Amino acid sequence: MELNEFVSLFADQFDETDPSEISADCKFHDLDEWSSLTGMAVIAMAKLKFGKTVTGAELRKCVTVEDVYKLICS
Amino acid sequence: MAYIKALSYYLPNRVVTNEELLQEFPEWSIDKVAAKVGVYSRHLAAEDETAGDLAEIAARKLFEEYNIDPKDIDFILLCTQSSDYILPSTACILQNRLGIPTTAGAFDYNLGCSGCVYGMAMADSFIKSGLAKNVLLLTAETYQKYLHPLDKSNRSIFGDGAAACLISTDGFAEIGEFELGTDGSGANNLIVKTGGARHKRATGRHVEDEDGHIRYDDYLYMNGSAIFNFTLDVVPGLINRILDKNSLNNEDIDLYVFHQANKYMLNTIRKVCTFPKEKFYINLENTGNTVSSTVFIGLKDCINMGNIKSGDIVMISGFGVGLSWGGTILKF
Repeated sequence: MELNEFVSLFADQFDETDPSEISADCKFHDLDEWSSLTGMAVIAMAKLKFGKTVTGAELRKCVTVEDVYKLICS
Repeated sequence: MAYIKALSYYLPNRVVTNEELLQEFPEWSIDKVAAKVGVYSRHLAAEDETAGDLAEIAARKLFEEYNIDPKDIDFILLCTQSSDYILPSTACILQNRLGIPTTAGAFDYNLGCSGCVYGMAMADSFIKSGLAKNVLLLTAETYQKYLHPLDKSNRSIFGDGAAACLISTDGFAEIGEFELGTDGSGANNLIVKTGGARHKRATGRHVEDEDGHIRYDDYLYMNGSAIFNFTLDVVPGLINRILDKNSLNNEDIDLYVFHQANKYMLNTIRKVCTFPKEKFYINLENTGNTVSSTVFIGLKDCINMGNIKSGDIVMISGFGVGLSWGGTILKF
């Protein structure tokens, strides 16, 4: 999957954050809506769409959306 | 064959609404959290009310509702992780309090979210082997007492409660073949670390975990992301094995009543398994996650609401602390 496609998928996990706020270099932990529940959504996405298990610790180490892309799509 | 002959539950009187929690945590977006986890209020046991007390009331409700004579009970199984004492088993105390004959067997077993299924598996086996004819299976939990006052996430998810189920040689739901499983490597992901023999004394310690939640040694700790991953890894395979063991297909199942962990997790499981919404029971709005009682509470509510009728095939399953899981089929 291409990075821009992943960024759009990542943005889909948010209910209130405008997708325009979410780019590849977005520091997602700083977004107002980011919480452990959004983290669950990303973990579920990794599992369902990519068949990949992502732990809370791995997600916490990621700074940007691109880091998550590398983690899940590597 | 073993059957469910009677089923009741009891929730303690004290109700804590999300509005009350919001007063304690005014900066918290509890409405948004509630929309995802699906809990709007939960019941809490009183300070002097134990899991044994809740189980006793649930059993008395069962006896009254179904006109059951306690003298006919020949085995008591109590699933709890909040026993009244380190010893003896609370089930022994309940034998006396409920007027069940001294010829009955009784013991507690320590399981959480999978406990209802494990209790049914034991009762089913006791009946098939001839060891017992009328097993009183009780599930009772007071997890709220294990929660740190500042642990708003778990305080919003969990609720206290108890259920009572009579499993017998006849009844309204035939119990099918069981599938069980265990993975102790995940024990630390859902744990009350101190108070048992390994770490008897409270430590007062706390650290931040990988999800950014505070992990207190002396209170219940749940690694949300690890439990979430565990569930997504285990439950789909569990469902397939339950179907295989019972020679059924998903199309044969009229309703899935799974452990009501939280709405978000259940919805994710439903999507993974591509089950239609109307066949997948989700309701913990006014009870929260009552641990070992959620499946019984769900079944009872479905029966009362007419969502389960005679002839229906229902799959039940539980999964969580241990880590432990199990499931079976009920034919109504």
